[in-house]
Amino acid sequence: MSINITIKNAVKKYGDTVIIPDLSLEIKKGEFFTLLGPSGCGKTTLLRMIAGFNSIEGGDFYFNDTRINNLDPAKRNIGMVFQNYAIFPHMTVRGNVAYGLKNRKLPKDEINTRTEEFLKLVRMTEYADRMPERLSGGQQQRVALARALAIHPDVLLMDEPLSNLDAKLRVEMREVIREIQRKIGITTVYVTHDQEEAMAVSDRIAVMSGGVIQQIGTPRQLYQRPANLFVATFIGHTNVLKGRLYKNGNESGILVANAKVPMQNLDKQAAEQPVAVSIRPEEFFIAENNDGVVTGVVEHSTFLGLNTHYHIRLQTGEKIEVIQESSIEDIIEPNSKVSLGIKTGKINVFTEDGATSLLDKGGKS
Amino acid sequence: MTEARRRPLDLWQIVSIMIMLIYVVFLIVPLFSILKESVVSSDGEISLQYFVKFFSETYYLRTILNSFKLSLAATAFALLIGTPLAYLNSFFEIRGRSVMQILIVISSMSAPFVGAYAWILLLGRSGLITKFMWDVFKIDMPNIYGFSGVVLVLTLQLYPLVFMYVSGALKNIDNSLIEASQNLGVGTFKRFFQIILPLSMTSILASALLVFMRALADFGTPLLIGEGYRTFPVEIYKQYVGESSQNHSFAAAISVIAILITTIVFAVQKVAANRFSFKMNALNSIERKKAKGLLNVVIHLYSYLVVLIGIMPQVYLIYCSFRKTNAFGNFVDGYSLDSYKRAWSFVRTALPNTLMIGGIAIATVVLLSILIAYLVVRRPNALNNMIDTSSMLPYIIPGSVVGIALVITFSDGPMVLTGTITIMIIAMCIRRIPYTIRSSVAILQQIPVTTEEASISLGASKLKTFFKVTTPMMASGIVSGAILSWVTILTELSASIMLYSAKSQTLTLSIYVFISRGTDGAACAVATILTAFTVLSLAIFMKVSGKRDIIL
Repeated sequence: MSINITIKNAVKKYGDTVIIPDLSLEIKKGEFFTLLGPSGCGKTTLLRMIAGFNSIEGGDFYFNDTRINNLDPAKRNIGMVFQNYAIFPHMTVRGNVAYGLKNRKLPKDEINTRTEEFLKLVRMTEYADRMPERLSGGQQQRVALARALAIHPDVLLMDEPLSNLDAKLRVEMREVIREIQRKIGITTVYVTHDQEEAMAVSDRIAVMSGGVIQQIGTPRQLYQRPANLFVATFIGHTNVLKGRLYKNGNESGILVANAKVPMQNLDKQAAEQPVAVSIRPEEFFIAENNDGVVTGVVEHSTFLGLNTHYHIRLQTGEKIEVIQESSIEDIIEPNSKVSLGIKTGKINVFTEDGATSLLDKGGKS
Repeated sequence: MTEARRRPLDLWQIVSIMIMLIYVVFLIVPLFSILKESVVSSDGEISLQYFVKFFSETYYLRTILNSFKLSLAATAFALLIGTPLAYLNSFFEIRGRSVMQILIVISSMSAPFVGAYAWILLLGRSGLITKFMWDVFKIDMPNIYGFSGVVLVLTLQLYPLVFMYVSGALKNIDNSLIEASQNLGVGTFKRFFQIILPLSMTSILASALLVFMRALADFGTPLLIGEGYRTFPVEIYKQYVGESSQNHSFAAAISVIAILITTIVFAVQKVAANRFSFKMNALNSIERKKAKGLLNVVIHLYSYLVVLIGIMPQVYLIYCSFRKTNAFGNFVDGYSLDSYKRAWSFVRTALPNTLMIGGIAIATVVLLSILIAYLVVRRPNALNNMIDTSSMLPYIIPGSVVGIALVITFSDGPMVLTGTITIMIIAMCIRRIPYTIRSSVAILQQIPVTTEEASISLGASKLKTFFKVTTPMMASGIVSGAILSWVTILTELSASIMLYSAKSQTLTLSIYVFISRGTDGAACAVATILTAFTVLSLAIFMKVSGKRDIIL
C-alpha cells in the first residue's frame, strides 16, 4: 500500500509572487521524510501541493508512476494530520476515526473493526465516545493520527502536528508518531520548523529556505557535513568565524582566530580564499595545559547540568560559545584566560558567502 | 490555476449563478424599477420633474431634513443612554443584572410604533400619567406629540442596540489592558478616555449606524406620534397609498433620494469606523467590581430607571389588554378578556400568517446565508464578490423603499405577486439577509479551513464535506442569529404595510390596523400576544445558544 513520491520541477506562485521556483525531490517507499525550514520557506506550501489543497503552477507530481497533478484531493488516498488537528467538533472520537471509512462505503463490520483497531493503536479506546472538546491537545492529535491512518492511505502527510503541544508532550508524541509509522511502514512526509524534532523522527530531511531545497540528507549528514552555511546554522548551534584557506605545498588548512589550523579533508581543488568557518560549540575543547591553538577570555558561563556553556571572547574580538562536559571542579571564572583546541576533523569550511562547502566531497574525516 | 479552470462547471459555480439570479430578480431589478419609475413621467418620457418638485417645494425637502434631524437626535440620545449603561454594567456589580439584560432586549424587540402607541396611552392628551399629574399636582405635562415624542420613543426603542453592541465590545477587552494602564499610572477617568473608549469605538460607531438607519427608516412612530412632524418614510407611504391622490413616481423619487442619503451615511460611518479597527480577543474579561457608597446608589438608580422606562410601554400594554372596553373598544373601568375576544377575528388569520411568513423567510434566509457565506469565505472570485456586495445592499435600503420597489416590480409583468404572502416573505428575506450573512461569514471565518480539508482528504466529496462538516459546525451560531432575525420579522411594519392585503395580514399589521381604527383594547391584546411570542423566542434563543446575553 505504500508508495514512493516523485516531484519534478515543481513551481508555486501566488499571483506574481513565486513561492517555489523549481523544486525536485524523491521520497522513497516507506520512508519518514521531513521538510524542515524556517517559517515562510515553502515547506507547508509544498506539502499542500502534494495533498492537493494548493494549485500546482508547474512541474509534475507522481505517486509511483501515476501523475497526480489533477487528481481530486479526495481521491489521492492520503492521510493528513493538521497543525490544529482539524478534529470534527460535532462528532465523537469514534465518529471522527470512522468518518473516512464511511466515505469509502465499507461494510459496517469492517468500519467497526478498523475503527477499534486504530483507536487501540493510538491508545484512545477508552475515550471513543467522548466529544473532542473534552480531549487534551495530545489526545486530539492521537485521534487525528488514527483518523488519518484508518483509511489505509498510501501516504501520510503531517503539517507541524506537534507545534501546538507543550514541550514534554511534544517529545512523547513524536515517539508515538515514529513508532506507529515504523509499525505500519507508510511513506510519510512531515513538515516542521523544529530541527530537533526533525532529527528525532526522520529517515531523511530536506532543509528548505526561500522555496529552495538547501540539502537533503540523513540527520547525521545534515549535522556533521552541512552543504552550506545556512544548513550549518539552522541545524543545531554553531559558531561562524571569519577565516582564510591557505595552501602550502601539499599541506592545506585554514587561518582562523589568529591561528593556523591544518586540515586533512579540504577540497583539493579549492584555491586560497577568504572562508567562513563553522565550529560547533562542542568542537572546541578547553586545553588544560594551555597548549590549544586559540586563546580567549571567558565572559560568562551557564551551568546546565550535564554541560557547561562558556561564552568566550577571542583575541580577534569574535565571540563564541563553547560547550564542555561539566566537571566536578570549579567552573572557570569570568575574565579568566583560556586556551582552546579545535577538533579539526569535525569542523566545516564554506566559501565566504556561505553558499558551498569547501570540504572534500567524498572524504570522511 | 490554468488546469483548474479547464474543469467543467462545478456545483458551487451553479449555486453562485443561481444566487446571483435571485439577487438580480428580487433586488437589483426592483431597485432599477424604482429608479426608472422616478425618472419616467406619466406620459412615458424621461424627466427629472419629480426630483425638481421635491427639491423646489420646501414641504418635501423638509421631510428629509426632519428625518435627518430626528435620526441624529435619536442616535445621540441612544448613545448617551446606552453607552454608559453598557459601561456600568460591564465594570460594576449591579443587582439583578441578568434580569435587567433580558428586559433590555425585550424592550428593543417590539415594533417601534407599538412603543409610540403605548407612550400616547401614558403621556398623550388623555394619557394615564398626563391625567394623573394634572389631577393630583395640577402639573401640565409637556406635549408628547411631534419631534420630542418621536425622539423619545425611538431613543427608548433603540438604546438597547447600543447597549448590546458596546457590552459585546467591552467583553473583548482584556482585563490585563486595564491593569497595565493602572500599572502605568493612568487614573480611572483618563483610562476611560484613553483606553476603553478607543477600544470600544468600533462597536459604538457600528451601533450608531444601526440606530441611525433604523430611526431614519422607521415609519410607524412618526405616523402615530409625529402629528404634524412629517418624515420621508411617511411621505413615501402617503404618496404611494395616497388618501387624496396617488403618485407612484413621486414616491419612487423620494425613495431614490432616501437611498442616496443612507448610502452617504453608510460610507461616512465606514470611514470613521476604519480608524478604530483593532483585533481583540480577551483571555480574561474585565472583572466587575462592587461600587461603594453613593456611586453604588447612583449606578443602580440610573440602570434601573433606564430599563424600567424602556420596558414600561410593553408592560402597560399588557395591563391594558386586560382592561374592560366599551363597544367602540375604548377603555372603561374594570377588567375583562373582551379585548382578546375582539382581537380573535384578526388573530385567527394573522397568527398563522405571521408564523408562516416568519418561518419560511427565516428558513430561506438561513439557507441563503450559509451558502453565500461559504461562497464568500471559501471560494472568493469575481461573481461571489458581487454576491457579497449585493447582499449588503438591503442594509442601506429603508424598509418602506423595499416595499415600494417590490410592488412596482411585481404588480404586472411576468411575475405578479402583489397581495400575496409570497411577496411579504420576499420582503422579509431582503430585509434580514444582510445581518444573517454578516454573522454567518464571521462564524465561517472562525472555522479553520483545515477541518474541511481533513474531510476531503478522508475521501469525502466537496459537497458531502459541506453538508457533513461545514454546515453542522456553523449551525449553532446561525440558528441563534436566526432566532433574533425571527423576532425582527415578527415586528416588521415598514415594508409589510406597503405589501399587505387581507390575505397576508400579520400580527404587527393587526396592531396597526386596530390602532388606526381606535380599537385600543384589541390593539393591546394583539401587542401582548406578540410580546409573548417574542419572549418565547428569546427563551429558545438562550436555550439554543447557551448564552445569557444577546449580541446582535
